[in-house]
Amino acid sequence: MSLLADSGPKAHTHSADTLVPDQSRAERIRSWQVSDFEVPTGREEDWRFTPVGELTDLFSDAGDSSSLAVTHELPEGVTRSTVSADEVRAAGVPLPSDRAAAVAASGDSVVVIDVPAEAELTEPVRIRLDGATRETVRSHHVVRVGAFAKATVVVEHSGTTDYTELLSVISGDSSQLTIVSLQDWADDAHHLGQHDVVVGRDASVRHIAITIGGGIVRLNTNATYAGPGGSFEGLGVYFADAGQHLEHRLFVDHEAPHCTSNVEYKGALQGETAHTVWVGDVLIRAAAEGTETYELNRNLVLTDGARADSVPNLEIETGEIIGAGHASTTGRFDDQQLFYLQSRGVPEDEARRLVVRGFFNSIVQRVGDPEISERIMAAIDVELEGGAA
Amino acid sequence: MATLEITDLHVSVSTEDGPKEILKGVTLTINSGETHAIMGPNGSGKSTLAYSIAGHPKYTVTSGTVTLDGEDVLAMSVDERARAGLFLAMQYPVEVPGVTVSNFLRTAKTAIDGEAPKLRHWVKDVRNAMDELRMDPAFAERNVNEGFSGGEKKRHEILQMELLKPKFAILDETDSGLDVDALRVVSEGVNRAKAGTDAGVLLITHYTRILRYITPDQVHVFVDGRIAEQGGAELADRLEAEGYDRFLTTGEPATTAGA
Repeated sequence: MSLLADSGPKAHTHSADTLVPDQSRAERIRSWQVSDFEVPTGREEDWRFTPVGELTDLFSDAGDSSSLAVTHELPEGVTRSTVSADEVRAAGVPLPSDRAAAVAASGDSVVVIDVPAEAELTEPVRIRLDGATRETVRSHHVVRVGAFAKATVVVEHSGTTDYTELLSVISGDSSQLTIVSLQDWADDAHHLGQHDVVVGRDASVRHIAITIGGGIVRLNTNATYAGPGGSFEGLGVYFADAGQHLEHRLFVDHEAPHCTSNVEYKGALQGETAHTVWVGDVLIRAAAEGTETYELNRNLVLTDGARADSVPNLEIETGEIIGAGHASTTGRFDDQQLFYLQSRGVPEDEARRLVVRGFFNSIVQRVGDPEISERIMAAIDVELEGGAA
Repeated sequence: MATLEITDLHVSVSTEDGPKEILKGVTLTINSGETHAIMGPNGSGKSTLAYSIAGHPKYTVTSGTVTLDGEDVLAMSVDERARAGLFLAMQYPVEVPGVTVSNFLRTAKTAIDGEAPKLRHWVKDVRNAMDELRMDPAFAERNVNEGFSGGEKKRHEILQMELLKPKFAILDETDSGLDVDALRVVSEGVNRAKAGTDAGVLLITHYTRILRYITPDQVHVFVDGRIAEQGGAELADRLEAEGYDRFLTTGEPATTAGA
């Protein structure tokens, strides 16, 4: 590529426009049409950290979509159905907010999981998705939880694929839902996901993203409120090794009054070129009086050469709120903690493991599913051993 | 019987202006069952001695030796020193988020003993030791030092001393920041641990107050990185009456007094 050809597009007015930040997070386009979104160049605000050059296949809706091997474990009363994309769109689920999500939703049919109203599940709904080859897969799932129902839904990803995903979670009034998304992909998998959570009136929804495996994983989690009194908790754990790009973006849109949101993500990075991104946007609209929101991101950099980007954004359109805050820290391993544990006889490698496990523990213990919690901790142990080798 | 022997220890820390010598030749021998009080004004090197023996990376030993029953302590890593039988109760214990006290104690006990403690006895031992230190049982499920009050941190340090049963315990200003009741409870804990295991105790303190509860066999006065004077418990009484002023105003008594 010549210098001239390279510099040409940069000077182009359209590209220059995209360098201007959004005036408000609310202004971003949402659409079911793939063509409404340009193919990202990496200069856009919402793509600036992502290695878009490696994701060309995921931005295209041309060609067939393969599929992942799916296992569903549905407790009694929970149903699964396949409905047409038109029907889902007409039902008013949140629209894709970037090109990858529009591609994910470009298929003809959608899998819908329904938890009936007032059901109180004692076992989680489990959806296991496994990719055997690096093929392009597009998927739109809907999880609907009826009013007053209590449920935990666990989505597990493994294997390899080029995956675009849209997950629409609609929680009914006064429902209590925990949704766990575990990204335990193989090293070469690519995954661009959008998770929309609609929090019902007086409902409590906890969304937990656990991202450990995958070459490039980018998960956008958007929360909106269907009525007052809703509570959203967005928790996340990620661990990036050399060569991994793990990106989590959250957007909590407070439109209804008297709702709360709490976001807490913790990540560890280890190895050259390990890269993590966390962007937490919160918008408190004028009508959202009585809002209480807090966002926290902590990164633990275990070795040289890793990079953690952390960007909290808070946009407030009314003063009539209870509280709004955010915090972000990125730091190295605390040698004082290591010394303290070693001075009690604990060998260095075990002391490190204890500290890192402790770092993640505050989130992992809130997963509410012992099987998943143990899997996460075991995966973290494997990561730590990999780093020592 | 065990012996901890410190001979002509010189220790430096690195500063912006290059290395700065803090300990300028400390010689001290302590045997099992003995309690030695190390006293002295701020900045005299008391804590440096404690951290150097424990192996904190901030301190560089430039010359001298530390041996435990003839074994070279300075050649050991921090955790090896602890497993050899040394324990440091810290002045400012460190928070370890997400690690519960019960998990921490069990992990430390397993590391020190080389095997996991028998669960039933262990649970009982921990509960009894906590009772005696007037610690609420709920304490065991809190994260190590996170949100602990000053008094709770010190009790937690002495709890570890009781459970880990070291040969030698170095208590770095364990009395600082404690009210009289807490001081008594913590001191009783030290005496109990010592009676149970015949440990040697190196008690570092700025004040004589704790010596009303823990009787020293020997008192060493640190001034400017050296032992300026040493004697029996009566020396502590004299310090209580006179303070450290006479050491600070008479130039360098250390060279003669220690000999």
